[in-house]
Amino acid sequence: MDAFTTLTAIAAPMPMQNIDTDKIIPARFLKTIKRSGLGIHLFDPLRFDKDGNEKPDFILNQEPYRKAQVIIAHENFGCGSSREHAPWALLDFGIRAIIAPDFADIFYNNSFKNGILPIRLPRAVCDQLIDDTKMGGNARVTIDLARQVVIRPNGEEIGFEIDAFRKHSMLNGLDDIGQTLQHDKKIDSFEADRAANQPWLPSTAA
Amino acid sequence: MSTSGPRTLFDKIWASHVVERLPDGTCILYIDRHLVHEVTSPQAFEGLRMAGRKLRRPDMTIAVADHNIPTVGSRIPADIKEEDSRIQVETLEKNVKEFGVPYIPILDVRQGIVHIIGPELGLSLPGTTIVCGDSHTSTHGALGALAFGIGTSEVEHVMATQTLLQNPAKNMQIDVSGTLGFGCSAKDIVLAIIGKITTAGGNGHVIEYTGDTIRALDIAGRCTVSNMSIEAGAKAGLIAPDQTTFDYLRGREFAPKGDDFERAVAYWKTLPTDAGAHYDTIVRLSASDIAPMVTWGTTPGAVVPVTGVVPNPMDEPDEGKRAQLQRMVEYMALTPGQHMTDLGIDVVFIGSCTNGRIEDIRAAAAVAKGRRVAAGVQALVVPGSGLVKRQAEEEGLDRILLEAGFEWRDPCCSMCLGMNPDKLTPGQRSASTSNRNFEGRQGPNGRTHLLSPAMAAAAAVTGRLTDVRQLV
Repeated sequence: MDAFTTLTAIAAPMPMQNIDTDKIIPARFLKTIKRSGLGIHLFDPLRFDKDGNEKPDFILNQEPYRKAQVIIAHENFGCGSSREHAPWALLDFGIRAIIAPDFADIFYNNSFKNGILPIRLPRAVCDQLIDDTKMGGNARVTIDLARQVVIRPNGEEIGFEIDAFRKHSMLNGLDDIGQTLQHDKKIDSFEADRAANQPWLPSTAA
Repeated sequence: MSTSGPRTLFDKIWASHVVERLPDGTCILYIDRHLVHEVTSPQAFEGLRMAGRKLRRPDMTIAVADHNIPTVGSRIPADIKEEDSRIQVETLEKNVKEFGVPYIPILDVRQGIVHIIGPELGLSLPGTTIVCGDSHTSTHGALGALAFGIGTSEVEHVMATQTLLQNPAKNMQIDVSGTLGFGCSAKDIVLAIIGKITTAGGNGHVIEYTGDTIRALDIAGRCTVSNMSIEAGAKAGLIAPDQTTFDYLRGREFAPKGDDFERAVAYWKTLPTDAGAHYDTIVRLSASDIAPMVTWGTTPGAVVPVTGVVPNPMDEPDEGKRAQLQRMVEYMALTPGQHMTDLGIDVVFIGSCTNGRIEDIRAAAAVAKGRRVAAGVQALVVPGSGLVKRQAEEEGLDRILLEAGFEWRDPCCSMCLGMNPDKLTPGQRSASTSNRNFEGRQGPNGRTHLLSPAMAAAAAVTGRLTDVRQLV
């Protein structure tokens, strides 16, 4: 996973609620056994017509937002399925951060595992940032994870919350499995206790 | 959440699975059951392979293919016509061999949708933690298990460590009391709940369903309610184990046997929420206010009683919400004020992890009996598992449905999300017992109305959305 430290980038406004995972990437594109190459299907139903042509009114089909690395949206971004294909598609397109009033839990988790930073900010602040994106190609938003601030094009800084563990992993690009395996002995002893206390818990092996 | 004093069911299951608490409060949580399917696992197995890792506990893992399987014709993987579907199924079969994961083959009568077979085979037990790379893992909470969907990176994490890194959720109580009205079912309860609390109402929470209406539901009904917890945004749903749960589990293939079962029950009886335990959020519903429900829009929260009408977006004061309502009305090709029962339908789908159980098929057959599917309507019945299918055939339900003009298919996720050939064509309108009505969910530009199995069967025989109470 790539580390996330600071990012200065074009942000694409998507002022919609409930941008669900079937909008981010429909089920018919989940039939892959790879993580890569999903960016071409990102937001397929919003981005392309039934013949596969770009819909000109969709934000990511417009300049300068084709190069956006940040999306700013409304409530409940990423609701629906647990498909990690959603953050894989976003990342493959180039998105590294999403700012919204709140996120669906599984999507929120999945984003961190792929180096995409989801930032929760109040609706009014999101609307301000959405207004900022309409100032043209030079209007860039900056995200400084170490200081936990979003910096508007006018220089105003807005603080955001993030769990310390997730922040540390993102800043250093650390893999969760490696970190958990440092606690291997604890898992061993937990399993030993469990086998003694709940011996009735059966095996899945027939 | 509470760690001392009176505790909720969720607090108890959580506390008994914490392996280690990290300084910022993140917990390493132990996982008792890992259910694996073909869509969200290939990249996880590949990750293990690249890192030279094994599965820590294959004996706590079980795999089944369910999303891509055809519901008609040959079910041999090599015969699956869509190449990408075939590759996903064959990749799962190769991976389970290589990593030694217990596997239920497609031709085994026990094969089915992972969230149907978990309870059915006694794999889903009270007080355990269950995960799967699938959001509808919340289903298994019906038996008092803490069960939630995870992404593929987390699937790999569980495979490698049998744990997950998790932050505690908040406790929400949804209490439903009173007697459910004639013609209403568990599906109507959960649609009414989502309509009330919205699709984001449960975000950050585990929902515990309580009250005498919930207690009176059988395990199938409890599964339907808990299944759709995720549609309310919740991490998981929970229903405290009781005699209904114990009676259901006794004798099932993977449930504890003999003395072990009695010891397990003694433990399970300690799990229900203590008197005076704290819930962060409490919601109350009266069952007598619940009518047969049907969704009109493209989120499960856009729902009305079948006697209701399509809302008018102009009545919504918030600009953003108004725009979303407008978009839903247009996508669904509706007119504000239109009666739901005036909407003609093209396709009926009875099945899915929400409503693919024997009780659901009985409810559909009871309405279908002696009637005919309306002209021009295609009506699919897709049992949730091979065991459900066999049971239905033993009861003669397949004959009732076939004689009424329904199609009797083989088990799979099918038209819930259209990863196999069962899809809506653009513009088709469906009455579906599944869980999501998102744009394009059942096929590009398809239009989905969610409802109960009895309501779906009623729509099939009349050719339009219908109040089932007028037919039974």
